[in-house]
Amino acid sequence: MNRDGRWKYWEFVLWAVALAAPWVLPSYALLLNEIAIVALFAVSLDLILGYSGIVSLGHAAFFGFGAYSAALFAKLVMPDPLVGLFIGALAGGVLAALASPTILRGTDLSRLMVTLGLGLILMELANKLDWLTGGADGLQGVVMGPLLGRFEFDLYGQVAASYSGIVLLLLFVVARRLVHSPFGATLMAIRDNRLRTMAIGISVSSRLAIIYMVAGTMAGVAGALLAQTSGFASLDLFELHRSADVMLVLVIGGTGWLYGGVVGALVFEIMQKFLSSITPQYWTFWIGLFLVVLVLVGRERMVRPWTWFYRGGKQ
Amino acid sequence: MSNLPDTPISPDSVLSTRGLVKRFGGIAATNNVSLDLRQGARHALIGPNGAGKTTLINLLTGVLQPSEGRIFLQGEDITHLPAHLRVRRGLVRTFQINQLFDTLSPRDTLRMVVSHHVGLSGKWWPSLGANAQVNTRCDALLKQFHLSEVADRPTRILAYGKRRLLEIAIALACEPRVLLLDEPVAGVPAGEREELLQTVAALPADVSIVLIEHDMDLVFSFANRMTVLVNGTVLTEGDPQQIANDPQVKAVYLGHEAEVGHG
Repeated sequence: MNRDGRWKYWEFVLWAVALAAPWVLPSYALLLNEIAIVALFAVSLDLILGYSGIVSLGHAAFFGFGAYSAALFAKLVMPDPLVGLFIGALAGGVLAALASPTILRGTDLSRLMVTLGLGLILMELANKLDWLTGGADGLQGVVMGPLLGRFEFDLYGQVAASYSGIVLLLLFVVARRLVHSPFGATLMAIRDNRLRTMAIGISVSSRLAIIYMVAGTMAGVAGALLAQTSGFASLDLFELHRSADVMLVLVIGGTGWLYGGVVGALVFEIMQKFLSSITPQYWTFWIGLFLVVLVLVGRERMVRPWTWFYRGGKQ
Repeated sequence: MSNLPDTPISPDSVLSTRGLVKRFGGIAATNNVSLDLRQGARHALIGPNGAGKTTLINLLTGVLQPSEGRIFLQGEDITHLPAHLRVRRGLVRTFQINQLFDTLSPRDTLRMVVSHHVGLSGKWWPSLGANAQVNTRCDALLKQFHLSEVADRPTRILAYGKRRLLEIAIALACEPRVLLLDEPVAGVPAGEREELLQTVAALPADVSIVLIEHDMDLVFSFANRMTVLVNGTVLTEGDPQQIANDPQVKAVYLGHEAEVGHG
């Protein structure tokens, strides 16, 4: 793996294409917006799952909390998107800070359970506090102001896709610096061997709490982007399938590799769109089949079909 | 005798224990152990299996809390100090079973550890290889531990002897004053053994070392002071010559073997 963190040419090309795409292919702008949001959500999960070894089935808690906070802020306080985005980030970060003690101890199984529980708690809160959140009907009528006071969100979603794309890029750069830094190396050390990390004098708990907060903040931003660009927040944001989907996205793209979240989001969203247009009711069957094959064959071999018929393959 | 609980801590002792006891249920795995490690010593801790060597290491490093007694590092009471703060004060250990970071390369592992010990591991913006001072120290460590050629390979594919070297290199990268080596040559195949023995022998003289080892060749060539533990208590302490000729020690080791013969 390249550990010096220098940018490659293909990365500049990739981001240039990504940011130009909504203007070149306007009919796909809404899809691109969704891909950017899911990619950001997946990158935030990768920071804790792929880089720090913390399994979570409740990452949607931060996503949904960021979404509701941003939507409520737009509705009740002011409609400016950037201020609202900041509120969404803050909400995700604060929630993660409060929840971080629950993931510091215990086993992977107990972490799965407490993270799952957090998602359920928030969903039920959003359901019960219907005077504020709209309950099961969702939070409707979120109207956003123009971006930077100039760019109105259009119906085709071109401004929305560019907005989400740029936010994704900025936070991706931050995450990229972070994982290549000394701090990032200590996270990978914790993932590889917690006992030894403690034995070299690193306070494992405080490191995990910090990265949990960073990941929660990013997930909050992703949720805020979704609420702002769709003008809507609903209970489904907190649901287990959100947390599971984002884990699937990471598994498809690859964990412990930041582009894994981006590639996974691209593949997952396009596949979902394509499959559900052919078979609207049964598209999850194909996603499921794809996953089973992907995990059994292995991602490396999947993208190199010519290796399928070698026994053992090269290491 | 220094192994009495009320002996005062002498100023040239870097690590001392007084009356250390650890009970698990009714069994005292460590029973009234009082030790002194002199500055720059090569101090071997030997004893049959079950003598309480591992428990003692865990008490010293803060993994376990003692039931009774006190631990002093350079005269300061560290009995209740958390494990990671003891490391920061220079009390560092290696593990009998390698505890490495399999996905990182030896170079990145050492960069990470050295960065931490010069106070840079909280930095999240500059890249891991950005600090020249850290890189210089890492290059020196890689050379010292014969890891330069494999420095950029993932640790998980390294040969066992190289992994064993990295195990010790990580500890030395923590800038220890006191280094606890837990069976450093255990399981190393003959072909890689010599390299490891030489490296252990060449550890910096100002680092005080406690060596836990079953390999008596290594113990007698390396140690200038020895403590024999039996059933959690100190049987005797002395220089290697005294220990080799001690009838009590002979009895314990012979008796132990005789017991094995019976079983």
